[in-house]
Amino acid sequence: MVDISRGAADLIPPAEVTDVELYHAQSWMTRYVFCQDAKVIAIQYSLTALSIGMLALVLSWLMRLQLGFPGVFSFIDADHYYQFITMHGMIMVIYLITAIFLGGFGNYLIPLMLGARDMVFPYVNMLSYWVYLLAVIVLVASYFVPGGPTGAGWTLYPPQAILHGTAGREWGIILMLASLILFIIGFTMGGLNYVVTTLQARTRGMTLMRMPLTVWGIFTATVLALLAFPALFAACVMLLLDRLLGTSFFMPALVEMGEHLSYRGGSPILFQHLFWFFGHPEVYIVALPAFGIVSDLISTHARKNIFGYRMMVWAIVAIGALSFIVWAHHMYVSGMHPYFGFFFATSTLIIAIPTAIKVYNWVLTLWRGDIHLTVPMLFALGFIVTFVNGGLTGLFLGNVVVDVPLSDTMFVVAHFHMVMGVAPILVIFGAIYHWYPKITGRMLDETMGKIHFWVTFLGAYAVYFPMHYLGLLGVPRRYYEMGETAFVPPSAATLNEFISIAAFIVGAAQLLFIYNMITSLIRGKEAGGNPWQATSLEWQTPETPPGHGNWGKELPVVHRWAYDYSVPGAAEDFVPQNQATVVRRA
Amino acid sequence: MGSILLFLTLVGAIVAWWLARQRLTAKPWLEEGPIGEVPGTGASPLPAVTLGLGVFLVVVGALFALLISAYSVRMAMPDWQALPVTTLLWFNTALLVASSVALQLAYVAAKGQRRDDLKLGVLAGASLALLFLVGQVLAGRQLYAAGYFVATNPANAFFYLLAALHGLHLSGGLVALGRTGGKVWRDSDRRDRIRLSVGLCAAYWHFLLFVWLVVMTLLMGWANDFVALCGRLFS
Repeated sequence: MVDISRGAADLIPPAEVTDVELYHAQSWMTRYVFCQDAKVIAIQYSLTALSIGMLALVLSWLMRLQLGFPGVFSFIDADHYYQFITMHGMIMVIYLITAIFLGGFGNYLIPLMLGARDMVFPYVNMLSYWVYLLAVIVLVASYFVPGGPTGAGWTLYPPQAILHGTAGREWGIILMLASLILFIIGFTMGGLNYVVTTLQARTRGMTLMRMPLTVWGIFTATVLALLAFPALFAACVMLLLDRLLGTSFFMPALVEMGEHLSYRGGSPILFQHLFWFFGHPEVYIVALPAFGIVSDLISTHARKNIFGYRMMVWAIVAIGALSFIVWAHHMYVSGMHPYFGFFFATSTLIIAIPTAIKVYNWVLTLWRGDIHLTVPMLFALGFIVTFVNGGLTGLFLGNVVVDVPLSDTMFVVAHFHMVMGVAPILVIFGAIYHWYPKITGRMLDETMGKIHFWVTFLGAYAVYFPMHYLGLLGVPRRYYEMGETAFVPPSAATLNEFISIAAFIVGAAQLLFIYNMITSLIRGKEAGGNPWQATSLEWQTPETPPGHGNWGKELPVVHRWAYDYSVPGAAEDFVPQNQATVVRRA
Repeated sequence: MGSILLFLTLVGAIVAWWLARQRLTAKPWLEEGPIGEVPGTGASPLPAVTLGLGVFLVVVGALFALLISAYSVRMAMPDWQALPVTTLLWFNTALLVASSVALQLAYVAAKGQRRDDLKLGVLAGASLALLFLVGQVLAGRQLYAAGYFVATNPANAFFYLLAALHGLHLSGGLVALGRTGGKVWRDSDRRDRIRLSVGLCAAYWHFLLFVWLVVMTLLMGWANDFVALCGRLFS
């Protein structure tokens, strides 16, 4: 190790990163509502995302009521069921997970972890949140319009999405598309901030290769999102025009109820290309921040430096690049040239290599570590297992010959829920338990946290493991009810009941989490500045919660990477990034 | 989807070039201390707003590349009937070229601290851009009057969509240019910041001019072979 003496450290050159001109709030409104401080914006993003996520959770309960006990609940008809599916899927993927990872953790952690005072464009950052909130309001408004929200399925495939007979055809689909367009505009404003802040506002000594992997994950995911969301934007605008002006971008010639519609010649497959050109990178838009965060959680709570940091960075970048050339594996059954099927199957398998590198490195980080089974660590471990499970079934589905028979079955539902539903949400929980003390100054209750983890983790497996089996039996997805189906044995119905009950229990456990968050805010144990004895910069702020401008008078200077845990000979088992020299044991 | 893949390849090449200069092979666990082995942060000397505009242009570029990809796929369908390019569209194109040139001259004047030329350049650039937008509306009405309705044919729909999105981006640029113009007139900001603002407006205008020229190339059918090739990919 290159050791630099304290004398040499005194010769630090003048700050290369100038302080941004901080906006100073003049009133309660500009301090807490129309606030330009990234930390407040992060909390606003997170609370909005969690609130709308609760709606999606309730919708999943309603879906499971129907699937587990078909015909019992008369208020759930086929239209309602499809509306539940559509809104649940879209809210979870876009308005909860994407928003909380990038808008929530991105806003809170990027400036703090990089030693910056704030985002580089605070006003645009504030606008980003308000446009996001508007998108959420427009989405929810679809419950209060004639016909209710759209029931087109979360992929919104035309022509069905805008034809009569699909729930929400009148207003729901219009509001959904408008909401997505708003979300993308809002995200672009935030995304510019995350990228430029990471590139330009790092404090002295914070080279790219000293950044915590959390920042690498969020940064790369933001780059992906900035390049992928325009595809969804274009698809939404064109579908909106097809619906409102009668254009035929995606709508083919159709006969509806014996009547020729005015549409002709459009290509539904074109919509699928655009949708999945966004949709597959979206998997990594939620996965990469999760990868980064889980790396930091594991390293901190195993008191060990992350294994293969360079490989982890390269893998994040490689996954990001490869994620743009795999989109059509979602379209094997839509029809394409066989050579392209081969190409997309191959690229899908290749992306497993950098992903596997990450999994091996997490396991090797844990190897002989001083593992503290704290609540964040439990969630991180739960993520690794779940991500491996979901990833392996992804390898199955990436192969054309396996995908074709399993397409549109419950196997696919189980796969994507494991890999981009449960796995990232476990990381979100782990991250909240980890950073809540920094955000509020108080610890979350550990007992409640552990109950929350075990019920969520085991419950999720009780939901999704049997669902794979249902898929292998051939139980199709998107069906309101199965009725008499020769190839599905009666035991499938019993299994569906079991899954539904497990889902209700998992959902109820989230209420405990919310209760914990609220009560700990008042009664939680005082956290102090660095309760986990972590090395990265956000734990070294002069105040907890960090004040406006984060760092008091002077920006920190970074002397080392973010993973100096258990350094041989050091007096303590962690050396903060801003500590100039390692204090040796006497 | 050929256009967007080509665009992403270009962006990927730039990112790869940039990453290659970022010491990604460094071993941070062996590097301790802010000096000597670790030269600063590696941050670009460019102002944050310049980089911000660059990133935004990449996003806008991706959007138009995707629309061109969609155009190429849809164009291959048998119902496609190309739209005529009216004289007014050529006149509008000339206005946008002139607007872009005026803003470039304004930037040169800002660098040379010639305030009168700077004002003239900004005023001319904004006025010509406004005329371009008015001209685009008139061109749309002209085509509409001739029976080229938005829903009659996908070629029409694409034209109106591309022109509207381009116009919206230019309108957003005009807001930024208006704020810059206000600073120039009031002389209310530091000279170097005014120069930066004018330079960014000029860069944005050049980019939108480039996008519009690509759209015109598509409308004229000059890129039909390339577009057809893109359309065949993955279909």
